[in-house]
Amino acid sequence: MNEVCEARPMIGNEAIARGAWEAGVKVAAAYPGTPSTEILEYMGSYPSEDLHAQWSTNEKVACDVAIGASFEGVRAMTAMKHVGLNVASDALLSQSYIGVNGGLVLVVCDDPGIHSSQNEQDTRIFCQLAGVPVLEPADAQEALEFVKRAFDLSEQFDTPVVLRSTTRLCHTRSLVRTGERLEREPVGFLEDPQKNVMIPANARRRHPKLLERMNALKQHFDDPEWSRLEKGDPKFGVVTVGPVYTYVKEVLPGATILKLSSSFPLPEKTLREFCESMDRVFVVEELEPVIETAMQSMGLQVEGKELFPRIDEFSPEIVRQGFEKAGLLEVDENREEWEIQPMIRPPVLCAGCPHTTSYMALRALEARVAGDIGCYTLAAVEPLRAIDTTVAMGSSIANALGMAKAGCETKPIVATIGDSTFLHSGIPPLIDAVYNQANITVLLLDNQIVAMTGGQDHPGTGKTLRGEETVRIDYAEMAKACGVKWVRTIDSYDVAAMFKNLREAVDYPGVSMLISNRPCVLDPVKIKGEPLRIDAASCTGCQSCMNLGCPALSWSGEFHEGHNKVRIDPLACIGCTLCAQVCPTDCIRPVLQEAA
Amino acid sequence: MTPSNTIAADPIPEPGITPGTGSQQKEPVNVLIVGVGGQGVIMVSKVLARLCQKSGFQVKQSEIHGMAKRGGAVFSHVRFGEQVWSPTIPAGKADILLALEWAEGLRWLRYLNPRKGTFICDTQRIVPPFACRNRKMGAEQTYARETPSVIFERVPNGYAIDASRMAEELGNIRVANTLLLGLLSTALEFSREEWQSVITEFVPPKTRELNRQAFLLGRNWVEKAIQEPGLPSEENTEKVFFDPQARPRIELEITESWCKGCDICVKMCPERCLRLNEGLVAELSDPEACTGCRVCEWLCPDFAIKLHLHPVQGNC
Repeated sequence: MNEVCEARPMIGNEAIARGAWEAGVKVAAAYPGTPSTEILEYMGSYPSEDLHAQWSTNEKVACDVAIGASFEGVRAMTAMKHVGLNVASDALLSQSYIGVNGGLVLVVCDDPGIHSSQNEQDTRIFCQLAGVPVLEPADAQEALEFVKRAFDLSEQFDTPVVLRSTTRLCHTRSLVRTGERLEREPVGFLEDPQKNVMIPANARRRHPKLLERMNALKQHFDDPEWSRLEKGDPKFGVVTVGPVYTYVKEVLPGATILKLSSSFPLPEKTLREFCESMDRVFVVEELEPVIETAMQSMGLQVEGKELFPRIDEFSPEIVRQGFEKAGLLEVDENREEWEIQPMIRPPVLCAGCPHTTSYMALRALEARVAGDIGCYTLAAVEPLRAIDTTVAMGSSIANALGMAKAGCETKPIVATIGDSTFLHSGIPPLIDAVYNQANITVLLLDNQIVAMTGGQDHPGTGKTLRGEETVRIDYAEMAKACGVKWVRTIDSYDVAAMFKNLREAVDYPGVSMLISNRPCVLDPVKIKGEPLRIDAASCTGCQSCMNLGCPALSWSGEFHEGHNKVRIDPLACIGCTLCAQVCPTDCIRPVLQEAA
Repeated sequence: MTPSNTIAADPIPEPGITPGTGSQQKEPVNVLIVGVGGQGVIMVSKVLARLCQKSGFQVKQSEIHGMAKRGGAVFSHVRFGEQVWSPTIPAGKADILLALEWAEGLRWLRYLNPRKGTFICDTQRIVPPFACRNRKMGAEQTYARETPSVIFERVPNGYAIDASRMAEELGNIRVANTLLLGLLSTALEFSREEWQSVITEFVPPKTRELNRQAFLLGRNWVEKAIQEPGLPSEENTEKVFFDPQARPRIELEITESWCKGCDICVKMCPERCLRLNEGLVAELSDPEACTGCRVCEWLCPDFAIKLHLHPVQGNC
């Protein structure tokens, strides 16, 4: 891991972690979130003597941890997905007034195209709001270098710095040349209440400083080290930033390009000079027209979002189509259209997923279900189709509270929330529901891991990011301490117990909490028990088992009265027995039992 | 694949599709690898990327993580050459489309270079629950109708191999991806030794010998396929399940006076199309949804439900 000065393939996230390690980061904290998760996992692969790396319960906590370390004069970093910044923004928007002692960098990973998120917000607009500079690397090598430069910039200008990545950059593997780690002497805490304590009187003094700093940064970014002018075709120019630069190079390898490192604040002088020498200038940027709007407000004539969409992830094709529309490229006729459309293959809950029973029972109960963020959003579609709302991390419980207080809901109201999401932001709304005496049920789906992002530890697993043993949170005790009177824990694989207890929970007048408790089948260990098989002679093709949505089940090609009989893929089946429990003809049995 | 159509990372002459630019750019080689979560798409692409890197090429390998391992479609772009810009392959520019599953191969065909692309596909079918959605009698599975022979009439080069079954016969279905690497190895200019040394880096030590055999099996299959030209075997291409006989009209007869409102039929109906009416008697609330599966008929403790299937005339 620590070899120096050699090139090896890395995904963007690994390069970001490497850059932070080389920059001498002492403290790194994050809450997992696609596509940013691997950054902290890679940080945790560096020696604990070099740095402290931790999972935090949410992005604001992680950001505050990094801020605390910065106060002590060491370099600190936090990483998050774009919507994580919504959570952390409370801290960031004050810290931008305070500035830094040790360098402070927030890595924020946007998700254009919404591969694994609930929206495609553009982090750069948040940076404008906070008044902090944002750097945007184009590939993994630049990511490593930009992280190091971000720390220098942070200390030089006394400001937090945001490094904006995107899903594509985070997860593209390319060759990266590495360097050595810079060990810095800790500066120590600087006692300066007027700078560090944001009471109104101090905040009023700090705000003008922030504006001065942005001005200074604007001029600083005019330095050629922050933008690269590639001279080519003199007829038109392209202003671009981040991974989109590689798409522009792909479709217009000979164009004149001004590649920026930052889209906020912008190097005004550089941009003016670039536009003066060009007949037409195009701004190509993913998501919001941040650069375009700023350039227009400088009075510069540019073309942008009328050619390159404001939504979705860019690709060489999309960039090409934009330049085709602009009349700079001929329409590519060299494409074959295929009318073939195989069935879609959406992600599904895994075979044996412990969430399955919960949603099967909720659908049978005909409950009004406020959902949350996690793998279990997959239960919102057929065949489980048991989630009515999904908003943001931790929203479920307070959404359910609001539904109850609206006073017109005839169905039982249930909030479903995963263990990690509950720890992230589910506890304050639970207390709120108890405090305001709502009649709701909270179904805590405790699969003992952050499953959706690939199996990270959290306070409920009793393990740290580095896999060391630590205190383990007891949800039932916590709920009781929060004032919940009805708390029960049940086995997620016991269908009858789930139906019975859920009915009792919703019948309880007040806040009730049911904890379904089985580990995720993928992490921390892949669970694979003896597979089940279907006795084809007894299967009537009633499709009761198919209502589980289990990917191990499909049709066998045999029929009973025209109904498709079912078969179980023995490689995919983990032996959870849910299908056997719901089968009306009792034709699903373990393979072993049959052999005996 | 004869040596003449092996794909090299040399400049590939492209007609002038980039007016306004004067420079002669060397185009990278593009390999798109697709499949279903858990099949080893990422392993295949890592092997290829590592091999390219060891051979001194610039290489970019791009995939989307996230919900992929939950049974969804997975894809990985590998591009290598002297200079690689975009991490993703533009549509119509893949020199090789390597599919570990048949329908996934079909899904990405528009990325294949229509003039010189090579389509390599495992004929294995992984049918998702989504394709078994229609529960009506005589329902069709909606997977994909196209067979290799239909596709190979249209692609410049096509190879369909039952790699999963061959791997299973070898001892472990999981080495199907290595077997396909053996196929892929004949289409790219790296030596057999280079391939095998890189594969060894990526597979667990215990499975090295098995992977070596799988690799050679795939590689030798190509030579055989060239010696015996013609369309690939379609014996594994399962037909769409369809029983046109069975589409009767369904009638559910409920004897109200026998029903005591126990709710068993309502709770157990797989289509959730029964309910108790105001008089606490079972009734069919959604006749369109009823598939005539007979679960209610069998489970009713009071014999109050009877299913009638009426043949429909003219429906062959």
